[in-house]
Amino acid sequence: MKAVVNIYLKNGVLDPQGKATHHALESMNFGGVTDVRIGKQIILQLKTDNKQEALEEVKEMCEALLANTVIEDYDIEID
Amino acid sequence: MRVAVLRFPGTNCEFDTQYAFEKLGYDTELIWHKEDRLPKDTELVVIPGGFSYGDYLRSGSIAQFSPIMKAVVSYANRGGKVLGICNGFQILTEIGLLPGALKRNNNLHFISKHQKVKVINNDNEFLSRCQKSEILNIPIAHADGNYYIDEIGLQELENNNQILLRYCDGLGNRVIVNGSVTSIAGICNKDKNVFGLMPHPERALEVILGSSDGIRMLQGFEQ
Repeated sequence: MKAVVNIYLKNGVLDPQGKATHHALESMNFGGVTDVRIGKQIILQLKTDNKQEALEEVKEMCEALLANTVIEDYDIEID
Repeated sequence: MRVAVLRFPGTNCEFDTQYAFEKLGYDTELIWHKEDRLPKDTELVVIPGGFSYGDYLRSGSIAQFSPIMKAVVSYANRGGKVLGICNGFQILTEIGLLPGALKRNNNLHFISKHQKVKVINNDNEFLSRCQKSEILNIPIAHADGNYYIDEIGLQELENNNQILLRYCDGLGNRVIVNGSVTSIAGICNKDKNVFGLMPHPERALEVILGSSDGIRMLQGFEQ
């Protein structure tokens, strides 16, 4: 199975890269952007075929290593 | 006094750190991260600066799982003294020995310069030889030094005198250097045996090189 983990800075935690990119877009006359947040995506190939098992395993990985939950939120997609 | 200086792949301040402590008369030993125990007579563990594991994923995030870190955590939990400088500070927050986290600098630049810092609390061994409100001049060199902690955590740091240093100007007024919450440059844990800071005291040993203020900081451990 494949798991896709998206990791973002929590709402309320300033995202300097997002802010700089937002400014760049504005200076290029893309005036319709109200906010930019930059995250990272981690794609995992898993041995298991059990969706629930995969989700639990990846959640554990996120809590232990992939995300720093002091500053980051994450979501997991399994397919 | 015996100081264990840890080395991970990508650490680059271990020799400066070793030099600094030896100059102050301490015995030092470099400890490779694959070791699973600290020397028996260790009296201080120092996690020096650098780029452990190339800062992959997040600064300090991979190093926390090196075998030696298990020994460091149990050493700290038994009351042993641990000092994390720069990348060492990042590792200590990642592993949870210190609260909060270190984010990318708010201007996205790697900042490398001498920086004034103000002593906020000195009721701890590390800063015991510095005066409260004293202004020290210590080099900084980091990309991820933007200290973050939530409101409740910050209040706790304040209440327990855990804030060690804040970035300041020559008059002691807070300045924004990297975006850190309330300009925090260094903290300790509640029990005041684990210390972390972004500035590099081991690089401030000689007046001719800009500052010798680091000496008194490192001497604090000599009780």
